[in-house]
Amino acid sequence: MLNNHAKLMQFFLNAKQVTGRKKLQKMIYILQSLGVPFEEKYQFHFYGPYSEELSLRVEELCNLGFLDEEKENKSSYFQYHYKVTGDGEEFLHQFALDMPDYGKQIEMMQNKSARFLELVSTMLYFHELSKEEVEQKIHVVKPKQKYTEDEIKEAWEFIDSLSVGLAN
Amino acid sequence: MAYKDELLSEEKVFKDPVHRYVHVRDRVIWDLIATPEFQRLRRIKQLGTTNITFHGAEHSRFNHSLGVYEIVRRIIYNFKDRPHWNNNERLLCLCAALLHDLGHGPFSHSFEKVFKLDHEYFTQAIILGDTYVNKVLERVQPGFAQDVADVIAKTYSDKLVVSLISSQIDADRMDYLQRDAYFTGVSYGHFDMERILRVMRPIEDQVVIKSSGMHAVEDYIMSRYQMYWQVYFHPVTRSAEVILSKILHRAKELYEKDYSFKLKPTHFLSFFARNVSLDEYLKLDESIVHYYFQLWQDEEDEILRDLCERFMNRRLFKYVEFNPNRQMNEWMKLHQLFKEVGINPDYYLVVDSSSDLPYDFYRPGEEEERLPIHLLMPDGSLKELSRHSDIVESISGKKRTDHKLYFPKDMLTNLKDQSKAKEILEILYGQGDVRNVE
Repeated sequence: MLNNHAKLMQFFLNAKQVTGRKKLQKMIYILQSLGVPFEEKYQFHFYGPYSEELSLRVEELCNLGFLDEEKENKSSYFQYHYKVTGDGEEFLHQFALDMPDYGKQIEMMQNKSARFLELVSTMLYFHELSKEEVEQKIHVVKPKQKYTEDEIKEAWEFIDSLSVGLAN
Repeated sequence: MAYKDELLSEEKVFKDPVHRYVHVRDRVIWDLIATPEFQRLRRIKQLGTTNITFHGAEHSRFNHSLGVYEIVRRIIYNFKDRPHWNNNERLLCLCAALLHDLGHGPFSHSFEKVFKLDHEYFTQAIILGDTYVNKVLERVQPGFAQDVADVIAKTYSDKLVVSLISSQIDADRMDYLQRDAYFTGVSYGHFDMERILRVMRPIEDQVVIKSSGMHAVEDYIMSRYQMYWQVYFHPVTRSAEVILSKILHRAKELYEKDYSFKLKPTHFLSFFARNVSLDEYLKLDESIVHYYFQLWQDEEDEILRDLCERFMNRRLFKYVEFNPNRQMNEWMKLHQLFKEVGINPDYYLVVDSSSDLPYDFYRPGEEEERLPIHLLMPDGSLKELSRHSDIVESISGKKRTDHKLYFPKDMLTNLKDQSKAKEILEILYGQGDVRNVE
């Protein structure tokens, strides 16, 4: 019961603070791609993999008082910050989750921009294609972002380094 | 004449209660409708278990798919001389609209959750695999099937084309809101689609709404909001959905324990084993599922038998509101008490959350989280809808999540140990039986 909620709470507790819904979406997707058993269903959207289920679940956690959501007005858009509340920690203590240790991966992703994580998650989304096909696909589905060759190279390296040391 | 340009000698129409008529002139569309994979959609209800609450909701994915096609056909007609619109994409859009739900199976949401399936995967597999649909599409031109699959997967290069089929104000949503309202008989869900179609404007990579049409869009957003609470998240429908998904879990668990079913569940075997081929997937429709549920009412296994009997005869679980923050201790106590009285809590004590549903609200979101609805202002700039509409802003900010606890009240009231039953019911309903509604 509510195991999927608890898994997300564990993520937020590990991350301490998450800034930006877009970043949150991409982080969970990337962890899922690495085999961390988050169950949220993703689809490809305008800005890469997106899960409505995740958005709603996070909203539920906020409404339950388990997550604190702070809304920041950035003139043309809003940005959201999340952190776990005392009630949230208490809720999480009632679960014995069997999850790998992905603390290092969170830390690595926290240091990257949402734009970069959008690129990484999009590349992972097309994992069934060859490396060359993935790079072509990036330019087809994301022409406006104008990702450079250096960024794509960095993203491949990032993906390789993420896969290392995911402890079970 | 090339197959892609071939027209029927005269226009065919399908009488439709929502759009009055669905018009077909393209040979390709006519041929796609005739394929077995598309005809199969007649045997899959659009709203799964909703007919248990709203008896009119018997409409199928077939009806809805034709409806989405018709809306896209009308949008394209309006777009044909507008800048940014490439009329060479017309047939691609129509095919994608018609086929966008092709991979749905029976009660697909529950099946997806229990058997870890993905209907989008099967949509792609049907379009790209060895199927009648694929043959029709590849006759248009080699690679056309892939283009249709890419539009539906939202990975096609022309984002304007994608946004017609899938965005926060797309043909899919405009059809299902109106169709579901019509067939359930509710008075919500109606909005002025003709007006919305008139104010839709194609721009480089999305469809936007001329600002003068904002009020028609507000109505659409309001319909979406009301349909969610009144129809899609109706607690009685959710009760049927909970039971359905527990039946599937139980059957799977029994299969894994080598239980001997009275009749071998042939159609389910690959689902239990998580190894479903396209052919097996296409063979399972709602009639087959009901056939097995009918048979399983006579199974030796008490839980499977009881759950099927409940589903078939509408003997549903009751529910109370549940707050996981304040009531976790109560839930753990209930879990223990259910075990003590011999009712398996894994099957008979179920928390259902709003996030378990496949429907969504309008979400302005954050920058670049998900594409919002944009208004095209008189000066040519774009403005996100909720920044301009007080109504939309107010709906977007409302608390809109919910959790309910489902259980078989009849089992509890029929318990021999009535002192335990009383204890359980008091936890569920509270002493005064006032804070919860069944």
